[in-house]
Amino acid sequence: MCTTCGCGHDETKIEGHAHEHGHDHDHEHGHDGHHHHHGHAYAPRRSHAPGMTPARMLKIEQDILSKNDAYARENRAFLADRRVFALNLVSSPGSGKTTLLCKTIEMLKGQCAVAVIEGDQQTSNDAERIRATGAPAVQINTGKGCHLDAHMVGHAMQQLSLPERSLLMIENVGNLVCPAAFDLGEAHKVVILSVTEGEDKPLKYPDMFRAADLMLLNKCDLLPHLRFDVDQAIEAARRVNPAIQVIRVSATTGEGMGDWLAWLQARR
Amino acid sequence: MHEMSLAEGILQLLEDAARRENARRVSAVFLEIGQLASVEVESLRFCFDAVVKDSIAEGARLEIVEAPGTGWCLDCSQSVPMSDKLSACPRCGSFRVQVTGGTEMRVKELEIE
Repeated sequence: MCTTCGCGHDETKIEGHAHEHGHDHDHEHGHDGHHHHHGHAYAPRRSHAPGMTPARMLKIEQDILSKNDAYARENRAFLADRRVFALNLVSSPGSGKTTLLCKTIEMLKGQCAVAVIEGDQQTSNDAERIRATGAPAVQINTGKGCHLDAHMVGHAMQQLSLPERSLLMIENVGNLVCPAAFDLGEAHKVVILSVTEGEDKPLKYPDMFRAADLMLLNKCDLLPHLRFDVDQAIEAARRVNPAIQVIRVSATTGEGMGDWLAWLQARR
Repeated sequence: MHEMSLAEGILQLLEDAARRENARRVSAVFLEIGQLASVEVESLRFCFDAVVKDSIAEGARLEIVEAPGTGWCLDCSQSVPMSDKLSACPRCGSFRVQVTGGTEMRVKELEIE
């Protein structure tokens, strides 16, 4: 069982986070803020007939994601304490998130410490690619899960040493649907759309593009070989989210990377 | 979108509430799901039944109330009904409509024994 909060993950594996009793599913957390004791029973339709169990209604009025949101608040407070700037990077599989991250880390060397949390269903390949750049990384394998949640990320953060004013990049599971709903405690969600995908992706997966504050249009070095209409893609993103900012980049050639780093540094 | 996670989230809330109230069983669960919450209600029912197996809520009845989608049209300065998050204002056709209601995903109440 986890010594921090007593949880027992079933499918999820976090590097460095040991569970001695994998079958303990008791999620009784000691931290404040996880429990909402405001439920109260009312209008008991009690039956006192022998052999009948009295049924009663209990009003609880809780958001289905309230547990996740409570963990996200804790993560956000933890990061604020250390003045760590965290981004949640979301995209389809294969948009070039990891390559973009490696390039970003390389370009920030000597300016700012970067740590990475990698989310994938299986393998630690991505965390190994990040560690090869010299940056610390923790891999979360979600098993059957299709997204990271704030609870997993909280544990992964404990495995990293996060210096003051450093940058934490959380690379979510490649999936344009589910990660949109789960707040991890990040400052911003950044969605990566590569030009080898369709221009209408923002219209097909609006929740993700609505949740993001920045869209990085990646693999722009390939544009001469493709029939991808950049303006149409930006228009689709703005239709879903009029406030979304857009930066065109290529992690391979370095095009636009200066604008992306400037965006980062202005907010950190 | 991720109905299995939502069903697991619901089960956690039920288990916590049942523990607080010393309930032996949860026999019905009342949810409010907004029309614009991106939740497939039929899929959520299916996942809920699977997730509550062998739990305190096994076999519980799931009652879902759908909350209507509403938005604020920036061009009409009026509240308007919305059937999906990308729909245009039904009055003026503008796409500058901000979602104001219908994204709820809440457990309203439980019937416990």
